Amino acid sequence: MPLTEIRVAGFGGQGVILSAIVLGKACSIYEGKFATMTQNFGPEARGGACSAQLMLSDTPVLYPYVTQPDIMVVMSQEAYVKFASELKEDGTLIIERDLVRVTDLPKQTKIYSVPATRIAEELGKRMVLNIVMVGFFTAVTQLLEADAVRKAVADSVPASFRELNLKAFDRGYEYGVSALAAGPETPDLEQNAAVSQELV
Amino acid sequence: MKADPRGVLTGTHFMDGDHACCEGALAAGARFAAGYPITPSTEVVERFAQRVPTVGGCFIQMEDELAASITLQGGVWGGAKAFTVTSGPGFSLMMEHIGYAAMTETPCVFVDVQRGGPSTGLPTLPAQGDMMQARWGSHGDYEIIALCPNSPQECFDLTIKAFNLAEEFRVPVMFMMDEVVGHMTEKVVIPPADEIEVTPRKHTHKSVEDYLPYGTNGDMVPEMAHAGEGYKFHVTGLTHDERGYPNMTPKMQQKLVTRLQNKILSATDRISMFEEEGTADADVVVVSYGITSRVAQRAIEMARADGLKVGKLRLITAWPFPENKIRQLAAHIKAFVVPELNLGQMVREVERAAAGKAQTFLVPHAGGSVHHPEEILAFIQEAVR
Amino acid sequence: MTTLVSPIPGNPVEPFLRSDRMPHIWCPGCGIGTTVNCFAEALIESKIDLKTLALVSGIGCTGRVAGYVKLDSFHTTHGRAIPFATGLKLANPGLNVVVYSGDGDLSAIGGNHLIHAARRNIDLKVICVNNLIYAMTGGQTAPTTPGHATTSTSPYGTFEPSFNLPHLVEAAGAVYVARWTTFHVRQLARSITEAFNKKGFSFIEVISPCPTLYQRRNKMGDGLETMKYYKEKSKTKHGAPTSEVGLTLNGEIIVGKFVDRDRPDYSTLLKAQMHESLGDKYVDYDEEQGYACSADGGCEEDSCH
Repeated sequence: MPLTEIRVAGFGGQGVILSAIVLGKACSIYEGKFATMTQNFGPEARGGACSAQLMLSDTPVLYPYVTQPDIMVVMSQEAYVKFASELKEDGTLIIERDLVRVTDLPKQTKIYSVPATRIAEELGKRMVLNIVMVGFFTAVTQLLEADAVRKAVADSVPASFRELNLKAFDRGYEYGVSALAAGPETPDLEQNAAVSQELV
Repeated sequence: MKADPRGVLTGTHFMDGDHACCEGALAAGARFAAGYPITPSTEVVERFAQRVPTVGGCFIQMEDELAASITLQGGVWGGAKAFTVTSGPGFSLMMEHIGYAAMTETPCVFVDVQRGGPSTGLPTLPAQGDMMQARWGSHGDYEIIALCPNSPQECFDLTIKAFNLAEEFRVPVMFMMDEVVGHMTEKVVIPPADEIEVTPRKHTHKSVEDYLPYGTNGDMVPEMAHAGEGYKFHVTGLTHDERGYPNMTPKMQQKLVTRLQNKILSATDRISMFEEEGTADADVVVVSYGITSRVAQRAIEMARADGLKVGKLRLITAWPFPENKIRQLAAHIKAFVVPELNLGQMVREVERAAAGKAQTFLVPHAGGSVHHPEEILAFIQEAVR
Repeated sequence: MTTLVSPIPGNPVEPFLRSDRMPHIWCPGCGIGTTVNCFAEALIESKIDLKTLALVSGIGCTGRVAGYVKLDSFHTTHGRAIPFATGLKLANPGLNVVVYSGDGDLSAIGGNHLIHAARRNIDLKVICVNNLIYAMTGGQTAPTTPGHATTSTSPYGTFEPSFNLPHLVEAAGAVYVARWTTFHVRQLARSITEAFNKKGFSFIEVISPCPTLYQRRNKMGDGLETMKYYKEKSKTKHGAPTSEVGLTLNGEIIVGKFVDRDRPDYSTLLKAQMHESLGDKYVDYDEEQGYACSADGGCEEDSCH
């Protein structure tokens, strides 16, 4: 894997940081490659745009920060507004379908969306939406082995929630497999522009 | 001796630098810490507070950094290996007690996760602005040791080293992290306890009658006793004789302070750790430390791709400063390029040691983020000319 | 006059002093030596194992006590005797830790530590020699200097309200609070003995003359006259409300044992909390090994594993 820059962003409380930890762990511990995760710290304890930066590579990561992400995972409209413009021209954008409306992006951007919150709610716990996103990411990007990420999920969550999180991962992954087969989405930018304001 | 397995979290972890530092301290045998919350360092003691009661030890949150930095020294004289953790404003408050530790030869570790300053500055953002303070912050003449990790793995490995050096030389060791390294999460491999070497306290074996608390046996580092063992020794921050008794004469001052300096300076080459690469035929050597060394590495690779002859010298030990190494390099290169997250601190040492034999270029950065590799590259290109 | 001159053979306090450090630095008429005698008497009385006793001082005239007692003794930095002692006690709970320092050291620069140690109820015995002034630096105003007293930094008289130390430490949580003057040598020795038998934060204030700076500048005579003043103006009121024991320049000095109560000390609370939260996972302090297998002198390597 060449150096891959990833930003994961959402609002505080969605488990943004944990999803980046899971992906970083999968890469560096279970695949024996290299991962560096940094998070943006602000004075707010909760809420607001929250983001993690993840660098994955076959060789040691030097510069720890994202300059132009190859992949961006976005779970809130506020985070989308704040970060989307830094995405590489032909980058991959992965969004929470119900929480993010894509408004203006270069045509080459590959967009994949998943109703992670709804899936998480179907599983009984909204809080596992981040792991649904992780599963979806794994399938769509093909960067990491599903098995490695699954293991990372298992050892990153409390034992009592392990089964639930693994289910969340599997559901997200299955959704991603279909999404990848269907190919990138083409968002209706005009309609999105109209409704995006309500999401911020 | 080998590490006490109770404190060693053997395994492969995905861990940030602050937590890795805490694990390093536990592996090194630290069983006592006194702290005061301050961003971006607090995670170290938060983890310690959680872990140490299950390992056999104690954490106390003190009322301020003045207290924390001396409470830990009480802990050391009570028999524990101890440390405190802070960031810029707290580090400023600890200065008097760094001097006290140097004067009383109290082995201990001060962790400073550097953030932007001066004053409250940038609580959540990085800088490397405390490097000179670490060396010169307390009044009077003294020497300390300072280490600069550049990854969570090194936060673990070098924290152990910091405790070992503190014990070997009976000196306060400054562990100079920065916000990026502290909050960065990477793979950290913690080996089994029997693969971790820890330096035991230089405890005296002498009888009460024969023991001189500040007597030395050639190596300039006195043997230590702990309170409660019957030695009835005296410890003071005043200038003191071998018995530990105050002796405030110019002669004793000369003798004591010279020894405190020389026990470190005479061992500089042994203490110094650095990473050197590609310097043999280099025109320019980039000297860096901490997080900046990783950015510098990228700049060096970019420069080499352009055909420039660039070497790397990463300081792992910042203090005592590896003067001899700089002097040797200065004799055969054109220039040093020194990027640091401050407006010129360690560069002064490089310039001093280079003594005009090679030019010195500072790549300044006031802090708040790290350099862009291109900024460093631009200086390398200029320096080659 | 001070009773602590070069100890003569047979002097009962001699075993507690570093005779090789005599003569001491204290002025004629200073009360600090008297308090040290009382301290030594208390050590004899309490039969405390001197090996377990550590004494911690800050900076100042009283701060020099650490240098003269034949104990594990620590002369620390200005104001920080209490936090140093806190570390010593926590790292080795078997020690009896005495903090011996002056009013400026403990209540001004070290005031924050004083109240927090009392709040935590750390098991420390604090002996505060209160000479109402900064003596070592030449007689400046202290937080304890009573109103109207003249000092080198209040040449026209002190007007700042002063600290009533027993009231302060009682409010902060001390379990034992007493005050005596250097005239009350037996009572003082008894109070120190009592404090040794008490678990928790004990505070004994000793009003003591500084003839060189305080008494002279305020025209209060020499050491002997001060003793007469202490004798005449002191009133013993055990259990007196500490809010009513504030000092004035020439007024009454209320002395006695003001507070003697029981509260669990820091270590007791710590252990209880850890046992409750961690159960069997809690590793308590080990009398044999201490908190650390860090000393090659005190610990066989093999026993660490």
